[in-house]
Order: sequence, then structure tokens, then C-alpha cells
Amino acid sequence: MFRFYVVAGLLIASFASASVHAAVNVFACLPEWASLAQELGADNVSVYQASSPLQDPHRIEARPSLVAHMRGADLVICTGAELETGWLPVLMQTAGNRNVQPGTPGYIAAADYVDRLEVPTRLDRAEGDIHPSGNPHVQLDPHNIAKVAAVVSDRLAKIDPKNATFYAARGQDFQTRWQAAIARWEQQAAPLKGMRLVPYHKDTVYLIHWLGMVEVMDIEPKPGIPPSASYLAELVDKVQRDGADAITRSIYTDPKAPQWLSEHTHVPLVDLPYTVGGTPEAKDLFGLFDDTIARLEKVRK
Amino acid sequence: MHARTLVAGLTVAATAYAPLASAATDSEIQQLRDEMAALRSDYETRIGALETRLAAAQATVEQSTPVEPAPFAQPPLTQAGTGSPGNEFNPAASLILTGTYGQQSEDPANYQIGGFIPTDGEVGPPDRSFQLGESELTLAANIDPYFSGYFVGAFEGDNGTSVEEAFVSHVGLIPGATIKFGRFLSDFGYLNEIHAHAWDFVDAPLALQAFFGGQLRQDGLQARWVAPTSLLIELGVELGLGDQFPGTDRDKNGFNSMMAFAHLGGDVGFSNSYLVGATVYRSKANDRTYQDLDQFGAPVTDAFTGDTEMWGLDFVWKWAPEGNSVERNFKLQAEYFHRNENGSLTFDTDGPQDATGNYNSDQNGWYAQVVYQFMPRWRFGARYDHLDSGSTDIGLVRSGQLPSSAFPILADHDPRRTTTMVDFSPSEFSRLRLQYAWDQARFTDTDDELSLQYIMSLGAHGAHKF
Repeated sequence: MFRFYVVAGLLIASFASASVHAAVNVFACLPEWASLAQELGADNVSVYQASSPLQDPHRIEARPSLVAHMRGADLVICTGAELETGWLPVLMQTAGNRNVQPGTPGYIAAADYVDRLEVPTRLDRAEGDIHPSGNPHVQLDPHNIAKVAAVVSDRLAKIDPKNATFYAARGQDFQTRWQAAIARWEQQAAPLKGMRLVPYHKDTVYLIHWLGMVEVMDIEPKPGIPPSASYLAELVDKVQRDGADAITRSIYTDPKAPQWLSEHTHVPLVDLPYTVGGTPEAKDLFGLFDDTIARLEKVRK
Repeated sequence: MHARTLVAGLTVAATAYAPLASAATDSEIQQLRDEMAALRSDYETRIGALETRLAAAQATVEQSTPVEPAPFAQPPLTQAGTGSPGNEFNPAASLILTGTYGQQSEDPANYQIGGFIPTDGEVGPPDRSFQLGESELTLAANIDPYFSGYFVGAFEGDNGTSVEEAFVSHVGLIPGATIKFGRFLSDFGYLNEIHAHAWDFVDAPLALQAFFGGQLRQDGLQARWVAPTSLLIELGVELGLGDQFPGTDRDKNGFNSMMAFAHLGGDVGFSNSYLVGATVYRSKANDRTYQDLDQFGAPVTDAFTGDTEMWGLDFVWKWAPEGNSVERNFKLQAEYFHRNENGSLTFDTDGPQDATGNYNSDQNGWYAQVVYQFMPRWRFGARYDHLDSGSTDIGLVRSGQLPSSAFPILADHDPRRTTTMVDFSPSEFSRLRLQYAWDQARFTDTDDELSLQYIMSLGAHGAHKF
């Protein structure tokens, strides 16, 4: 009987591993990195997207399916900068995969390869859920995507040397298209310069910085702390006093407070996709920026 | 790269300090000046070359041609690490502060789980009035490229200290494998390996209290393996000293406790995830003493010697709309435990009535709980506990040597408890809880238990398992 179980177990195991061996298994913590990996690896990668655009990236459960996929990953792409600190370490510790531990070629923390904004000079939790390495929502500046893409292409070539020339060519093609798109976006979004935004959470800092917009204030009193009713009432005065062109919210956040503030200040509310898949139009990385800019343009007076 | 910088630095330092060490002649000074000048020009050339390369690299990125392979050395250290060299490798530290205010209708001193051999562990609700709970200090870091270490020390409210966990782990000896050794919370069932500060209620389920005296800790070795499947299949074994209830330290070579478990888990859409598990455990006890009253109502010490075999089933189901647990989420959790103890029971050990006979018991217990976060930061929970003292065969009673009233705590009883709680978490690092329980663990009398609890966490952001 015991022998039967062993044989059956081995059969299942070998079948499962054979079926996934064809491609480089990429475990992407967030949709933007899944999309990037797919773009750069095409048919040579099998991408597992660990979270959906509707999930708050700070607060994802280390669910069993994530452990199972971490186990078989050849390359893990996450944001880093403590964004995934509540769940990624659990996966790393329980999945038993030494090829994707931090510090190995199989692990990319995207935020390590870009210039991070808002690196705090004072670390104190009294300031809310701040990140010692700076603001982690780096994907909304397309220049950052280009930098991370170069790292991803390079690692794919290291992990799968047979197809190194493919990844190099594919990477080059992407960079060409991406730089052209950046030029187009920057031209298109020129009128957005100076636009005054009131985001819900500090997750559009890189977008605001890139396009030269102004973050008047946030709806959250401190990062990760939802506004109370009295705080919201205060915000109405502040927004009216300081002036704002739009209240923005990323699609994964609770719409109630931004909606309420928009109604009481008559400042239009813009739902931003935040990541790939956040809106139907943001179906890939190009769509993410196309749609983000289009949505902001609509309310720009 | 580092080595080269170091050598260069040492050369510069040596050159700079050399004149102080010797009575320098003009020619020597001139020679040194020449050398420094040579060094400087050498460095300027190198820095120039580096700047050119950097500019070239940036240009290549911008021109979107493939860039130089990015170094995959360790990511740059964060700002936090810029103190003195001795501090830079300090482990991640966190401290949990907990405390309760309790009110009970029955005297906590006579708390017992009727029908079950007492464990000498943490049973019952927190004591009355204001009580400082455990302050838990956690330190964790990688030891070297092969091992990482984890330590949890607990400072009890009554000023005692204990080592909750202190283990070393190694990942990936074979693909999918994790090895742990030292002291750790056993992976029996679902809740046992979760620290008290992450529980959904103030106290442990009655089943854990009755069968393990709170939580089962192992001093030993754990090996676990995740199968290469997209459904989570995980197998594991533990070998240990087995000195904690239900085992005792037997001063024997080898191991006294053995545990094996299997987990299966997956998703149903993006909104639902589940984890089911099965565990078997066995240990041996030698002279495991406990306090009871004899047939005349006088205190007496009895002792069990023999084998304990347990098995358990656990089930967890979590729901969150589109997997986003920030607004609303739901958790259903249930565990079943079965225990068989077979051996001998000594009555009034070391006393005048000293007598020994066979002992065999089959007991079980289960709990089921739901926790619902109905709005951000607010959760409501309900739990039902049920234990069955089952069939207990006491040789001394069967043979007529002693009346069954000589073992009052082993009388037939089904302890039950119903608990409700509501908690509020101002941030991820703080939680305040109000809990009310109707506790029928004692043979008679229902204990109405009210608890207020705070759980605060300082320092490193913890990561919690599913």
C-alpha cells in the first residue's frame, strides 16, 4: 500500500514538473511585472500573476496557491521597497525554492533599480505605514519601467541561456517601442503639467513627479490610515482653499471617501487604473499609461 | 570590485601615514609626492573611464539598446543600515506588547477542563482585572548563505521568561524542502504554529488547551516539502524531545515525539482560498503527574505512563471580494483532534494508597470559528468549542480496587464553550479586542468571561501565514 502511494506521488510530481518545464516560470507579485515579463519573454516564459489589480498590494494573503507557484518559480519579480513585506517573506520561507531568494539571479526587486522618491529622513511609525526604502509605487513612471525591463531581459538570458539572443532582441524591440511611447506620452501630457491632484493614497507619486503635476494633499491623513469623518470634513475646506483639479483614487482603494470628498468640493473624481488590468483600457503596460493620461486629460480644464 | 577599493584605500592610507613613521629626507618626500601624484592621476584616469562608461550605459538605456548585464549583487542597503559597522547586520527586531482586562463569574483558580487529565499548561481565560500579557521579542536574520535564524522570547506578565521559539532554518536542500531545527511551534493542525498575538480570539481553543496545554512546542527537527504542483501539496515530519505535554522527558536516546502532516490548498477563483490538513502525532510519557482529589476529597497526585497517539484534521476557508481583504473578508476555520492514551495510571503516587492499573482513553475535541471583517479595521468573530471526554478505562476502577470517585477529574464530561469577539485595528500594528465567552469547561457552573485585550507590535513589519 505504502509503495503504491509513493509511486502515485512520484507520477503526479513528474507529470506536474514535466508539464511546466517548457518555459521559464516567472512569478510576478503584481500585474505590472507580470505584464512586463510576458512582454519580454513572450512564448519562452510562463507567467504567474500573484495578485489582481483589485487587490491592495500592501495587503495580500500568502495563500496556498502562491506558495505552490513560488515553489516552481525560476524568476520572481516583485516591487520590493517593503511593499510586499507582509506576505512575500512567508512565501520565500515556506516554498523551499532557493533559486529565487533575495540576492540570487532569480529574484528582482524592481524598486532597487530605479531612483526612489520620498525616502524618509525620519523613520517613525507615528508617520503611518511608511517605507524605509522610499515610496514603493514605482511603476507609474514609464522611465522606471524601462530600467526594470533592462534588468528583466538580462535575468531571463541568465536563467535561460539557450534563448539569450531571443531575450536580447525582444528586449531591444520593447525598449524601442517603449521610448517612442514615452515621447508620445510626454508630448500628449504636456498640458497636464501643473495639474493639482488630491490622491487617496500616496501611490501616484511617481506619475505626478514624471508629468510635473502637483500633489496638493492626500485623503489619507497618513499612509495606510483611512480618513475619519471629521478629517474628511476638514479636507473639504482645505481642498477648496488650496484649489485642486482632480481627486484621484487607484482602483484597488475604497471609493467611499474620495466620492464623498468629490461631492462636497465639486472637484471631479478620477479613477486611475494604477496597474495593468485596473481598467478595461489598461490591458497592457502601454494601455496603462494611455488610459491614465486620457483619464486625467478628461478633467483637465 | 570591493577588494580593489579596499587595496587602493589601504595603499593611500599607508602612503599618507608613512611620513609620520620615519624621519623623512627631502628625497623621500619628493618620492612620496611623485607616488601620490601618480596615484592621483591613475585614479583620475580610472574615474574618468568609469564616468565615460556610466554615460555610455545611460545612453544605451535611453537609446533602448540592450544594456550591460545589471549586477545582481545584493540590492543597495537601505538608509537604516548606515550606523556603526557593528549595527549593520543587526537582525530584524520586533516586540509585541499585550495585555488584558478580565472579568469572570467563576473563580479562575478552580478552572479545569472536566474529563481530561490536566496539562499543567496555559488553560482558562486570562486572570481577573488588569493583567499584563506576554511581551514577545522577536529577532530574525539570515545567518549566512545557508541558514537563517529566528528567535522569539516571551516575558510573562508574572515576570517569568521563556524561549517560545529559537530555530535555524534552511531552504531548498532539495527543491521544495525546508528544514528547521531548534525549538519551534509544532505544525500540528492549523492554529498551533501561530503565535498568540495573531490569534482571532484572546485564548486558544479548548482542544488545544486540553490536548497540549495551550500550544505544542517541539525541541527537535522539522522537515517539510512542497510538491511541484500548482495545487499546494505539502508534506512534513517532526522529530523531537517530546518533553512537553502529552509527553515527558524520558532521558532516552533517539526521539520521544514524532509528527507527520500533509496540507492541501488552493484557490476557488480570486476571491476564495482554502487549506486542509491532516496530522498524526505520537509521544510517550513517563510518570506524567497531575493533581486530583481522592475519593475522600483530599489532594492526591496521580501519574500516567504510556503512549499517546493523536490525529487531527484542519480546515481553513478564506474569502475576500476579488481577493482584496482590506475592506471586507471572511474566514472559516475548524479543527478536529483525536487522542488515544494507552498505558498505566498510578493512583496517589508516592503516597500511602499507591496503586497502579491499566489506563486507556479515547478522547476528542473540535472547534469551529468564523471571523468577518465587515468594514475596514473592524472584525466580528464567533467560535464554538466542544470536547468529548470519551471512553476512559481505568484498571483500578474496573477491578474494583478503587471507586470511580477516586478519579473525579476523569469523570465523563463534554466541555463546551461559546465565544464571541469584536476587534478594532487602528493600523496594521495595533489591535483592540472585546471578547465574551460562555465557558462550560468545568463539570458544573457556566463561567461568564469578559475580556478586553490589546495587542501592539513595534518594530519590523511581521509577515503572517495564510
